[in-house]
Amino acid sequence: MLGRLTWDAIPFNEPIPLVTSAVLGIIILAVFGLITLKGWWRYLWDEWLTSVDHKRIGAMYVLLGLIMLLRGFSDAIMMRSQQAIAIGASQGYLPPDHYDQIFSAHGTIMIFFVAMPLVVGMMNFVVPLQLGVRDVAFPVLNSVSFWLTASGALLINASLVIGNFARTGWMNYPPLSELAFSPDVGVDYYLWSLQISGVGTLLAGINMVTTILKLRAPGMTYFRMPVFCWTALASNMLIIAAFPVLTATFLMLLLDRNLGMHFFTNDAGGSAMMYVNLFWIWGHPEVYILVLPAFGVFSEVVATFSGKALFGYRSMVLATLAICVLSFTVWLHHFFTMGAGADVNAFFGIMSMIIAVPTGVKIFNWLFTMFHGRVVFEPPMLWSIGFMVTFVIGGMTGVLLAVPPVDFVVHNTVFLVAHFHNVIIGGVLFGMMAGYNYWFPKVFGFTLDARWGKASFWCWFLGFYLAFVPLYLLGLMGMPRRLQHIPDPTWEPLLWVAELGSVVIFIGILCQAAQLYVSIRTRVSRRDRTGDPWNARTLEWSTASPPPPYNFAVMPNVETIDAFWEMKETGQHAARQTYEPIEVPRNTPMGLITAFFAVIIGFCGIWHIWWLAVLGLLAVVVTAAIFGWSEHRESEISAAEISRIEDARLRAVG
Amino acid sequence: MQKMPYASSRILCRGPRGARLRPWPEGALRCLAACAAVSVASCRQAGVMDPQGPIAAAEWLLMINATEIMLVVVVPVILMTLWVAWWYRASNPRAGRSLEWSYQGGVEFVTWSIPALVVILLGGVAWIGSHQLDPRAPLPSDKKPVRVDVVSLDWKWLFIYPDQRIAAVNQLIIPAATPVTFRLTSGTVMNAFFVPQLGSQIYTMTGMTTRLNLLADKPGDYTGFSSNFSGDGFSDMRFVVSAVPAGDFDDWVAKVRGSGSPLDDPGYGELTRPSSAVPPTTYRSVDPALFERIVDQTAQNPEKARAGNAWCPPTTRVGG
Repeated sequence: MLGRLTWDAIPFNEPIPLVTSAVLGIIILAVFGLITLKGWWRYLWDEWLTSVDHKRIGAMYVLLGLIMLLRGFSDAIMMRSQQAIAIGASQGYLPPDHYDQIFSAHGTIMIFFVAMPLVVGMMNFVVPLQLGVRDVAFPVLNSVSFWLTASGALLINASLVIGNFARTGWMNYPPLSELAFSPDVGVDYYLWSLQISGVGTLLAGINMVTTILKLRAPGMTYFRMPVFCWTALASNMLIIAAFPVLTATFLMLLLDRNLGMHFFTNDAGGSAMMYVNLFWIWGHPEVYILVLPAFGVFSEVVATFSGKALFGYRSMVLATLAICVLSFTVWLHHFFTMGAGADVNAFFGIMSMIIAVPTGVKIFNWLFTMFHGRVVFEPPMLWSIGFMVTFVIGGMTGVLLAVPPVDFVVHNTVFLVAHFHNVIIGGVLFGMMAGYNYWFPKVFGFTLDARWGKASFWCWFLGFYLAFVPLYLLGLMGMPRRLQHIPDPTWEPLLWVAELGSVVIFIGILCQAAQLYVSIRTRVSRRDRTGDPWNARTLEWSTASPPPPYNFAVMPNVETIDAFWEMKETGQHAARQTYEPIEVPRNTPMGLITAFFAVIIGFCGIWHIWWLAVLGLLAVVVTAAIFGWSEHRESEISAAEISRIEDARLRAVG
Repeated sequence: MQKMPYASSRILCRGPRGARLRPWPEGALRCLAACAAVSVASCRQAGVMDPQGPIAAAEWLLMINATEIMLVVVVPVILMTLWVAWWYRASNPRAGRSLEWSYQGGVEFVTWSIPALVVILLGGVAWIGSHQLDPRAPLPSDKKPVRVDVVSLDWKWLFIYPDQRIAAVNQLIIPAATPVTFRLTSGTVMNAFFVPQLGSQIYTMTGMTTRLNLLADKPGDYTGFSSNFSGDGFSDMRFVVSAVPAGDFDDWVAKVRGSGSPLDDPGYGELTRPSSAVPPTTYRSVDPALFERIVDQTAQNPEKARAGNAWCPPTTRVGG
């Protein structure tokens, strides 16, 4: 009846997960209690949970990413502490069986449930506004995508309380992840939660590509799109090309585990190398799925805070597309040490290096954008400069790793760990923080506190170096990754420096929380009435903050690259216009309902409650069918209402 | 846990009162300086940075050269970024401004050329390096290479000397200044064989043979380990490679042959059971074809050995 699910799944005798789950449970109950007490459920349901507005969905994606960042970071600081104290004979406070789950969860959560939601959310919010359109191509599908991602996040966190998580590392390599070596539910949690969120991501990618290719404001030709839209296009094309590979790979592993097939097993002709290849055919483009939109954010931020148009727009577009294509030709550099011949290794090594060319071009172009500009050091700009300095170093170690014989001596050591944190923190995370500070006033209508923002930047920046420079050195000293205890006592001082770095980053996170809190408390005085707090250049700033549900009362007419800058030059942005009623899509709980059943399917798949999983699948189909046959999907905003909203903004601008 | 051997937390974390408004509180500066000092001081010459064989030395040299080539560009770029951002700050009245300047063909040409030239140079280095340091390529030497077959198990290493017909667990004795030719496989999940001071690492995989050639210049003890996570006992999958003078190697072989037990199939079956932090052990004799049988997965599957390729594993339990 309940498959593998018994009371043994609850970790009654393991204090750390038990206490964590209890605390989490109390926090969740407290939040629910507060919402009930204040009577906010109605508002939440109408305005957020069932919303199909790309702006609301984007904001929810980012919120999900930030909450999961706390989870992923807790894992990180636990690992650093374990390695700092488990020296020599000491086993530290985390036994292997728990420590292995923590590093697996850290990687999985940080990539799939922090970086991805932040990036997808940022694109979701910004791209339609920058393109000058009223929503994405498929608003309801957008809601479904988000809620599927949230389902995956919920499932992966359920492994804290019920059962356990994978102990295989975030790449989940077989044969370790096969039934013979990982018979418990950990790997199933990994597979099912990523399958569900992966479907969500693929749908989001299709949605975004369609939006960019098919819906643009009049006059917005491809070569007038803001660079962020170009990077979003490249990133989402990569999603469409790469995520099906991941889904297929995980499906094969699920078949191995559940139906006794032999795709990746040790026996009967299975090949684990095939998994490794397939995983990285998704995995390397994934790096660019994350970092290209971050590059887009920097392009917007550097131009805005230098008071100049982006230098070398066409070069930037070309570089973005070059990276997009090249990212599919380098996956083998993740396993140079698997015994491929010298020709194959050298080919993939050189292809990987070639990616450094367009990336280098981007760095130079940001530099020349600042050159002869008027640079203002607001938090988004600090994150961008911090990124340029940090990412150049990460790029350099990346090119080093692309030289196969160099990779032979640092692969799978903490040097590699330092490298990819260097590019993912220094590139993706810094980019998302820049974007968060930059677009927050657009999302909520008030600016974020700059002092706390700067404090958090400096903590992250210094903390990053303190945490990861020691890992570069330790890697060279011969420390492999994923050690539960440290055999060589001479590594201890460096591990303590790294621990200190993670504490400094933690202070940075606290500063971010303080920034949000202080800004909300003082929101009245920091209200953005003009819709353009930074004197920016692109169309999202031409509408009110927060933008009205219809985004633009009248579709903007685009004649140049920085369309809004041009409008401000000509005074067009403050002109009164005549308005017509606008149709906007009605809210629907379809996304939420689909996600609810997806959680049931996933949970039952993990625990082998097959009858309920099948019912859940049927329910998803029925939900889609019911929505498909419903007729009344739009509501209308009257011209008078639009006129009222627009007049308020024009009074502030004028 | 050992006592922290460097500056105490009192110095590290407490800044003077009133330092809050200054951009660089003294405490933070002192803390950074302490960390830098600790990093430099404890970063001794070890592992990859202390190569003890031709492969490791060539790889370390390649790494240093490639880093130097890139630093020629990277250091100026970092300095320029910081300088440009600072000089063109909005509050600097002396900075020249040209806010319309957003394209110049010549500049674009240079921005594409610089990274392209670096990559052309490094690409050449990578191509030549990959071929010269191919793990499969035999090392030039007038001595006959010693053959060692390596099998990773849960969570220990089995070393088979097929020519000497002996075997050892978690202990690898090799003659110094003599090439060693490894064939590697796994009796369990994926691992990777890595001795940083001798050079290249390589994955070990069930049913596959990877190859590696290394050489230790002079006698000494070098740490080896698995670098690919393989389960709960992974952290203890370490061993010592002892490079000994050629004569001592022969003595050691003779000693091993005269003591301990032979490694037969039941003995191997025993070894495949998970265990960690296994003390070094030697075996007086071993079937020189054991490695091939492990690769074919017939060492523990007499049925498969009889049936050959037609063999199919017994149906595994579906589900849990």
